[in-house]
Amino acid sequence: MAILNDVVNAVEVSETNNMIEHNNLDVRTITMGIGLLDCAAQDVDTFCDNIYKKITKYARDLVKTGEEISKDYGVPIVNKRISVTPIALAGGSACKSTEDFVKVAHTLDKAAKAVGVNFLGGFSAICQKGMSPADEMLMRAIPRALAETDIVCASVNLGSTKTGINMDAVRLMGEMVKEAAERTKDTDSSACSKLVVFCNAPDDNPFMAGAFHGVSETDCILNVGVSGPGVVRDALRNAQGLDFEELSELIKKTAFKITRVGQLVAKEASRRLGVPFGIIDLSLAPTPAIGDSVADILELMGLEKVGAPGTTAALAMLNDQVKKGGIMASSSVGGLSGAFIPVSEDQGMINAVEAGALNIEKLEAMTCVCSVGLDMIAIPGDTTAATISGIIADEAALGMVNQKTTAVRVIPAYGKKVGDHVDFGGLLGHAPVMAVNTFDCSAFVNRKGRIPAPIHSFKN
Amino acid sequence: MKKAIITVVGKDSVGIIAKVCTFLSEANINILDISQTITGGFFNMMMIVDVSGIKDPFDKIAGELTQYGKDRIGVDIKMQLEEIFTMMHRI
Repeated sequence: MAILNDVVNAVEVSETNNMIEHNNLDVRTITMGIGLLDCAAQDVDTFCDNIYKKITKYARDLVKTGEEISKDYGVPIVNKRISVTPIALAGGSACKSTEDFVKVAHTLDKAAKAVGVNFLGGFSAICQKGMSPADEMLMRAIPRALAETDIVCASVNLGSTKTGINMDAVRLMGEMVKEAAERTKDTDSSACSKLVVFCNAPDDNPFMAGAFHGVSETDCILNVGVSGPGVVRDALRNAQGLDFEELSELIKKTAFKITRVGQLVAKEASRRLGVPFGIIDLSLAPTPAIGDSVADILELMGLEKVGAPGTTAALAMLNDQVKKGGIMASSSVGGLSGAFIPVSEDQGMINAVEAGALNIEKLEAMTCVCSVGLDMIAIPGDTTAATISGIIADEAALGMVNQKTTAVRVIPAYGKKVGDHVDFGGLLGHAPVMAVNTFDCSAFVNRKGRIPAPIHSFKN
Repeated sequence: MKKAIITVVGKDSVGIIAKVCTFLSEANINILDISQTITGGFFNMMMIVDVSGIKDPFDKIAGELTQYGKDRIGVDIKMQLEEIFTMMHRI
């Protein structure tokens, strides 16, 4: 029976299927990156026409192929998405006004719907050192673009370790976040859930709202985001009494297994679509489903509630082991790669906020050691634009100094106060409105210019 | 050879294997290995099969087999391409 020597046994088969059926193991997203630089035109109508044609041509079979792979292997692939070249770059010559950029957003929405994807990211500007007129027009178009479209996501990179923090962009984005909230006040300011600002944004991130197709990328590429907090949580259920080394090993092995599924799906999607494979993003991305929670993992490690002293250390260890396990499982990793700690998308985080264990300041500390940043946090509707800019600047400073990606996706929920609830539905979940430090920072954020790059950026 | 893994789980009854095998035979799927146990009245089977001779797309047959298990036998049947397991459990 030589042909069966390498075949798995019943225990292994049941372990895999148990992860899928009971612990929410899934591939979170297959994201097709499509370059739009060659769609540039002198007028906005031609540009819209070009990008619509290119997106609908390249991504025509994306959803169908994703569904076939899902059925062939019996593993859910939750989202199929598209990321495009930052529109401020691709559309810079075509768009002469914010109105023009809004028009492009409508075209992107239409193209994404035509091919049936869940989200399209890349209504973006890359302006960590300075804003071009197109960057600024795009940023000013974001609130309308997000309020008037359904599945377009916007992002702005406004800081980096190499360049410092563009405080003019920080100030503007504080205002734009507020405006986006107001324009969607009837739906709990839902536009803000599709808007993220970054420091050190990666070019190949498959996760929304921050996915865009960086200019360093080839014409078309597939990036895959895995998930699986529920699987890690299940592995840790019997971990009481293990020492840190044993605990680390357990997380690492589990992360390896989860990532291998992503690698398989990525390889297969790449082959079937005839599009090169880019990267696997090793992020532990929670969902509002019970048990599919990063907070639960931290609590199983021995914390009464997330936010208790020790949380940052536990998260640092979790994040590092996920990377160590995942990096061997894949031929190429990238994107954000780490544990996500969004509040509204993680029932354990929501519970911790409601119990009074977790506040924004602790979340900020946690973002120093894990993936991304202050994510999906509802704050009071009367929070000023300057305060939001202050929050963005703090988070960007963490990323700049620590040479990592950080981000802010906060929702100043229109008309809501601390203790109220907002509900976005689906994977975006619901969130309690959290308190924000209300002492004024406007004199600081209203200064013009740029925070210079830190000393350790000079490596040449 | 293109291998797939079939798992069958459900309440035990007469003829489960016969019915599954009939389906596989009609779909031109060759059985390479079967392991089967009954625990507490529950039937549990894993089959390794060769699907290189199928005429229809794999995902279509896998869907039909699941439906057949539900309608005609009253058990849960999954058929998955083998790589998901070997990728996860073999380095």
